[in-house]
Amino acid sequence: MPAAETQTGPQSPHVTGNAPPRLSHLRLLEAESIHILREVASEFERPVMLYSVGKDSSVMLRLAQKAFYPAPIPFPLLHVDTGFKFAEMLTFRDEMARSIGAELLVWRNEQAIAAGTNPIALDTKRCCGLLKTQALLDALRHYNFDAAFGGARRDEEKSRAKERIYSFRDSAGQWDPKNQRPELWNLYNARIHPGESIRVFPLSNWTEMDVWQYIHEEKIPVVDLYFAKERPMYVRGDELLPIEQSFVARLGEQPQMVKSRLRSLGCSPCTGAIRSDAETIPAIISELISFRSSERANRAIDHDQEGSMEIKKREGYF
Amino acid sequence: MSMLAAPTFSIDEFLQQEREKDLLRFSTAGSVDDGKSTLIGRLLYDTQSVYEDQVRSIEGKGTTAPGQIDFALLTDGLRAEREQGITIDVAYRYFSTARRKFIIADTPGHEQYTRNMATGASTADAAVVLIDASKGVLIQSRRHAYIASLLRVRHVLVAVNKMDLIGYDEAAFRAIEADFSAVLDQIAADTGNPVERIVVPVSALKGDNIVHKSNAMDWYKGPSLLELLETVPPSVDTRTAPFRFPVQRVLRPDHTFRGFAGQIASGTIRSGDAITVLPSGRSARVERIVTWDGDLTEAIAPLSVTLVLDRELDISRGDLVVSSETPATVSKSAKAALVWMDQRPLELHRRYLLKHTSQTVPVFVTSIGHRTDLGTLNHEPARTLHMNDIGSVTVNLLRPIALDAYEENRSTGAFILVDAETNGTVAAGMISAAYSETAAGAPLLADAWGPLTAGEKEARWGHRGAILELKGPKELVDAIERSLFAAGAVPVRIEAGDDAFVLHPSLLEIATALQVRAGLLALVVDANEASTLIARIEGREAIVNAADMRDADDTDDANDARRAGKAVAAVHQLLRDAGVFISSEMAGL
Repeated sequence: MPAAETQTGPQSPHVTGNAPPRLSHLRLLEAESIHILREVASEFERPVMLYSVGKDSSVMLRLAQKAFYPAPIPFPLLHVDTGFKFAEMLTFRDEMARSIGAELLVWRNEQAIAAGTNPIALDTKRCCGLLKTQALLDALRHYNFDAAFGGARRDEEKSRAKERIYSFRDSAGQWDPKNQRPELWNLYNARIHPGESIRVFPLSNWTEMDVWQYIHEEKIPVVDLYFAKERPMYVRGDELLPIEQSFVARLGEQPQMVKSRLRSLGCSPCTGAIRSDAETIPAIISELISFRSSERANRAIDHDQEGSMEIKKREGYF
Repeated sequence: MSMLAAPTFSIDEFLQQEREKDLLRFSTAGSVDDGKSTLIGRLLYDTQSVYEDQVRSIEGKGTTAPGQIDFALLTDGLRAEREQGITIDVAYRYFSTARRKFIIADTPGHEQYTRNMATGASTADAAVVLIDASKGVLIQSRRHAYIASLLRVRHVLVAVNKMDLIGYDEAAFRAIEADFSAVLDQIAADTGNPVERIVVPVSALKGDNIVHKSNAMDWYKGPSLLELLETVPPSVDTRTAPFRFPVQRVLRPDHTFRGFAGQIASGTIRSGDAITVLPSGRSARVERIVTWDGDLTEAIAPLSVTLVLDRELDISRGDLVVSSETPATVSKSAKAALVWMDQRPLELHRRYLLKHTSQTVPVFVTSIGHRTDLGTLNHEPARTLHMNDIGSVTVNLLRPIALDAYEENRSTGAFILVDAETNGTVAAGMISAAYSETAAGAPLLADAWGPLTAGEKEARWGHRGAILELKGPKELVDAIERSLFAAGAVPVRIEAGDDAFVLHPSLLEIATALQVRAGLLALVVDANEASTLIARIEGREAIVNAADMRDADDTDDANDARRAGKAVAAVHQLLRDAGVFISSEMAGL
């Protein structure tokens, strides 16, 4: 555990001095998430952690290291690669898995990728359906995973606010929001029939602010794309589109250098950047305080139509 | 959040302040009519916890006057909810102020959603109960308050909403306050859980006393709803409660390390403390409290840690580590309040799975004490519990577990029931009394023992008492006896040809009657050389002609096995038809 040693210090973050010990909201969230990770690892036969390389995945991965320390993480990581992820994300992903000694599986819908699937040729909805949802369902089936951790949070989006921590999926991977299992206390129902599965969200109760504060406090490495620097972008009004994929360019469009960063990491053709000077995590947190837009406002895929996230989730999306 | 972004803003100060923030979980319940969504929307909006794009997405929609934002639209997440204008399921919402981070469990208020209210209340430290000032105390408010009390939500904040509709009238408010106080006292007397209540007059629509104090009600001197939420003590302080640590997982990365991973349910643990592992009762001392961030000398609930003990004990997932001075009760039988959550009603003596802390144990509900009418708080006799019913029951577990009363411990006193066939979560349970297993100790919690009932015995054996007569080849009788035993039944075999019984036929009757009364399956056997097996029970009969099943091409062993299988299946079917098995799983064998 190379990353672990550097942060292990004599001072405990849990209990301070002589004052009556009181746990901060981050310690409480951490304890809850670790409990969930351990429950799943103990109750399912083949769990897997969806690792998307983003900030939430980074936090989830650190929590997994903590949950099983000093034992290794007892399940593999799975990255669903659409072929449109930023090159920096892939480098970071491989380096991270290597440094913590985790088993990393990568799954791509090669057939759809070879057929030239992209969000401009198709619409974003169908593109996501093939490269993300279909690929995910295929991977889960291929490896026979019965539980899959995801880093989704309830504060991200309206339909996610209604998600359970253990989200039951039928044998086709579908979510039925009107018929969810009641979930009381911290007693999770892990019983499933063959073919069914559970999506597990250990970060359900975290907010975007909690995630950044935790990354700051715990010194968790994140992809450089989150930090502001001069990057070539297609500028379309308020929108900044990374030049990662050439096909997104419109006729005659020239990229400009803009000091910018990504607030959430998705596929490069569908993830807009924001103008920003935030080069450090405190600067990002500071920026977050002044933000008046939600983090997924720059994700084209959430806004295709009213309730589009709910529809995607019903079909098997995270 | 942006209230902090003043010119003097310092990120270091902000992070320090954040580090000191604690967390309050509260539940709300109500429907669109009583303004619950509006109240939550208002809390989120006025604390600047809603982003501009979220407000933009609902502007001009909804049912409020032009130019006014319909806050309810901020909170109804599912398409069906927006289409029908109702809240169906629990939604979780997050906001924070300079003092505290909040998690709201936002639940629907109608009777058919009692189970969702219970879900929301199960993790809440406080409940905001809404009363429509123009209507007074309605059943919905009573129901929510009852569930909050039953699930031991300590603080009930009563928001008397729509004060604008009654002209901000103090007298009307005081009347509602008095009415509801009486209701809360009645509820506390029924559930046994005291309720700390504070009543606030508000108008969610106009923003009166939600975040900011209202100018329209000078007569109200108390704090706004948000000020209350910021100051009520957070989660019940369990640091001084007896130490409870359910083992989730044994960590054994190599032969030098063996640690027990779990989340502290209550109390404090220090290295060197004496602990006992239940249900085995073995003791040891804590040698290390291991975390990724380094060893701790002390850890408090609800931290997730890993304990290393000073000696080798056989411990596995589901065991409860407790302080040796204040152990929990080890029991196979408990009284509990049950909130039924499934379409299919409760079946007495049907096998369910009980999940308690980190273990799952088969269980039978053996009796229903009463059902509570939430309108009148009357206790009614009941033969079953339907969806959203709340009742008091006795559960018998097939294996002893370590537990506490829910009023003592919200973690080790709670359980859920899972239907072993559908896998659905069918009930939430709160233990009110447990019967101690230890012979030396009196029952830990006051409750009558009473004579052992037939139901309790049936719950243990998985079948009722009955006499099964078997006449036929000995090897088939043996196979039947073995198969019943393998299925968990308690068959007791009597050879009818025994000399004593031949001499005194009434002895056979007495012996079998005693066995039946003890809930045992009496097999009265008359083994002979015939090729036909005859099984009889309570006027039903099954005849298996073994000779018909010979296949000349097969080996003798294969023929014997097929014959035995046929006879066993026929007898099991006979027992099922006679209704002997109470456990559907056993009946399936």
